[in-house]
Amino acid sequence: MATTGQERIIQPRVSDIRKILDKQSNGASSLLAVLEDIQHQYRFLPRDALIMVSERIPVPLSRVYSVATFYNAFSLKPRGRHCFQVCTGTACHVRGATLVINRLETLLGIETGETSDDLEYTLETVNCLGACALGPIVVTEQGYDGMMTISKVDKLMRRVHSLGSENADAGKPAQVDAAATDTAPPA
Amino acid sequence: MIALTIDGKEIEVETGRTLLEAARENGIHIPTLCYHEALKPYGGCRMCVVELETPRGPRVVASCTYPVEDGAVVHTETDQIGQLRKVAAQLLMARAGHTPFIQELAASVGVDSTPYTLPTDSCVLCSRCVRACQEIVGIGAISMANRGSDRVVAPPFSISSADCIECATCVQVCPTDAITLKLITDRNRTVHVWPSEFARGACRLCEYHADEWMDVGAQEQTVHG
Ligand code: SF4
Ligand code: FES
Ligand code: FES
Repeated sequence: MATTGQERIIQPRVSDIRKILDKQSNGASSLLAVLEDIQHQYRFLPRDALIMVSERIPVPLSRVYSVATFYNAFSLKPRGRHCFQVCTGTACHVRGATLVINRLETLLGIETGETSDDLEYTLETVNCLGACALGPIVVTEQGYDGMMTISKVDKLMRRVHSLGSENADAGKPAQVDAAATDTAPPA
Repeated sequence: MIALTIDGKEIEVETGRTLLEAARENGIHIPTLCYHEALKPYGGCRMCVVELETPRGPRVVASCTYPVEDGAVVHTETDQIGQLRKVAAQLLMARAGHTPFIQELAASVGVDSTPYTLPTDSCVLCSRCVRACQEIVGIGAISMANRGSDRVVAPPFSISSADCIECATCVQVCPTDAITLKLITDRNRTVHVWPSEFARGACRLCEYHADEWMDVGAQEQTVHG
């Protein structure tokens, strides 16, 4: 089912992790920075990578696990190349975030909190983003989209989808490289 | 030496002691939960709160982590302190009211029931086990995972940790018996009921049969047996 590219994302290469570790000082205090780099490269924290981290820096694996599960910025499950974050804060909820979520779930064929099997899309909810007047809000790598309605979700979906197919044209291995070298952080 | 006053009693203690230690050494009782003589102070449960007189009025501090100061004036039994301890005890009762330790602790501050509802769990997240494994044993096989209401004590990835030497120190320090020795019978030598990804085989030296251990309870996700 999974292509080589996807496997490479899920199964970190020892040399890749080493490169990340070599960039940092390797003291116990570099833990967060290392985890951030790994998360950035793989879009999640592969278990083997965490084990390698604990072998290299003087922090027990249990502590690495504790930190990795504490911060929302880290994920222990693979995440899709495109992430939809729907605000479910009070204001957005009242303004119809549920409709937006339902529409996205239908379009993507996944439930909230899940990632599609092809590792393309992840659907998440977030708490108040501080822009309640624009609710309901959806955040993607395209930025913040406010006042979302079902038809606007459909449009956004098409925009994000076209991004994906551009990359796909370049072939699967290129996708992985693009993901690995992509340094432009989303908004 | 440092001179301070606790509940009107003038006390002299060594520098570097905490208010809790100063009080206990002088026979003044302060209730505690997460504090353990053998472990570094953690300041997690807030049962040990006391009132400190400052130029800007009374200040509530956790006595287990607060270092003694020259001339400090401390009160351990004011109305405010009593109220704070009660709320902490009520919350503990809501979570682990079925455990004798929590019942006794709550009773000691005059609480026997709770207005709150929380999912029942013997573990009160005092972190004694985690700290004992790290500080006393020096292993660090378990840690606190997740956060907020999802917080649990767990080995990495919730799989029996290969680092665990099965010394049962965690069992020893757990106040509520959330980690128990019950699962250890003569042939089942592990305190943890976390599932393991490795199949265990019979030991050729002793009579330890892994399959039987597996039957005892390898399904649980966290420490609670
Ligand atoms: S298992 Fe016991 S010692 Fe460990 S955190 Fe829970 S209550 Fe405290
Ligand atoms: S509730 Fe969504 S931005 Fe505030
Ligand atoms: S004993 Fe001081 S906070 Fe728990």
